[in-house]
Amino acid sequence: MSNISIKITSDKLDLQTCYQFVEDASSGGIAAFIGTVRNDTDGKEVTKLDFSTYKPMAIKEIEKIARKALSDFDIKKIAIHHAEGLLKIGDIPVIITVSSKHRKAAFSACQFAIDTLKETVPIWKKEYFSDGEVWVNAHP
Amino acid sequence: MTIQLLFFGITTDLIGNSSAAFTLPEACSVALFKVLLIEKYPQLQNNSSFAIAVNESYATENEVIKEGDVVAIIPPVSGG
Repeated sequence: MSNISIKITSDKLDLQTCYQFVEDASSGGIAAFIGTVRNDTDGKEVTKLDFSTYKPMAIKEIEKIARKALSDFDIKKIAIHHAEGLLKIGDIPVIITVSSKHRKAAFSACQFAIDTLKETVPIWKKEYFSDGEVWVNAHP
Repeated sequence: MTIQLLFFGITTDLIGNSSAAFTLPEACSVALFKVLLIEKYPQLQNNSSFAIAVNESYATENEVIKEGDVVAIIPPVSGG
């Protein structure tokens, strides 16, 4: 599909790629959400993260989010790229870019996409500390 | 009938494996499957908030599992 870009990769995510994909002459703006690996959880120092995915299903669920964003908000294009494998502090696990004629739709669609991704897409994050490791959200 | 089970996230650590074959009665609902799953893998009991996906889509409790389906145990997700 020419207005949706989806990727799950163990390569480094590239903001320029996501930006260029949504560039559009009829758009008045581009909104971007860039997730970054934080160095602490509840005051404990995080050393690294490991993202595992149920890749074929994760791609389908991300595609559902992108299609819904295109149908519910007045946007032109959307890119949702997610990393898998080991990430260090400051690395980028997720990039979402959205272009739209007017800025409000781009902001709203971007927020919808990251909020929904965190609820529905089968991706799991394991946090490593100096004294152990924890699956995030595993015990809600 | 036999189905393929896939485990993800914390459940891979609890089971010690990422996949397994599983035998179910014919016309087994997802709700019954969850009961049988915990009978076979009681270590999942304390983590019963997991969702079930059948053939890469989230399944409802009433969905019927068929021979050869791929059934995934989806613990709470934490992407992003």
